[in-house]
Amino acid sequence: MQPINRMKIEFESKSVNESFARIVAAAFASQLDPTLEELADLKTAVSEAVTNAIIHGYEQKEGTIYMECILYEDSITVIIEDHGVGIEDIEKARIPAFTSKPELERAGMGFAIMESFMDSLDIESQKGAGTKITMTKKFKKR
Amino acid sequence: MLEITFKRQNRILTVYLKGELDHHAVLKVKETIDLQLVKSPVALLILDMSAVTFMDSSGVGLIVGRYNKMKSLGGSMKIANPGLNILKVLKMSGLSRLMEIS
Repeated sequence: MQPINRMKIEFESKSVNESFARIVAAAFASQLDPTLEELADLKTAVSEAVTNAIIHGYEQKEGTIYMECILYEDSITVIIEDHGVGIEDIEKARIPAFTSKPELERAGMGFAIMESFMDSLDIESQKGAGTKITMTKKFKKR
Repeated sequence: MLEITFKRQNRILTVYLKGELDHHAVLKVKETIDLQLVKSPVALLILDMSAVTFMDSSGVGLIVGRYNKMKSLGGSMKIANPGLNILKVLKMSGLSRLMEIS
């Protein structure tokens, strides 16, 4: 399928940018006229991925997060990338309620929510090099 | 920005949240609620989410943390008035099995 539009931004690994990133992704997706529920799902998934990059990827230290959004006729693909510490064990990280940082009162639901709220989720990670999340949401024809 | 207000009635503490509940907002909410819990005894903590417009799993972590705290203090916790999108995250995380949501 041919992309109909594309954008890429980078921003600092700061928690205040969590809302910035999800609002930008939702605004870009709005071109496809999704339902409010579909937009809310997208915002939640983006928020989870960006929060992971900040807390786990960069361990709340300085870093740059890259977000690319690609629009197709009836779907959006969002790629969120960090050059942080990477994930030691991706399969373990995907288990609902697993968290590598129990002291932070994290629910360990990030990947489970991304998986459930989007139509596909792909995680690429290399220890010491970073993590790249690629997820796609289909929008119903209205 | 997330706004937090309180209402105390006997030993019931109702916390009203307004805005977006994400990782950025959670720290302040956590500190503010925990301070209220040590000020004077609370038997029931009600989290009113009617004005919460967004919540991700950071909010779930906050709720589970406060639930565990209330349990350790011999009290309980309820969630009131979540919107549809918030309810979806609550249900998906299994919180609806842990505490009353009304």
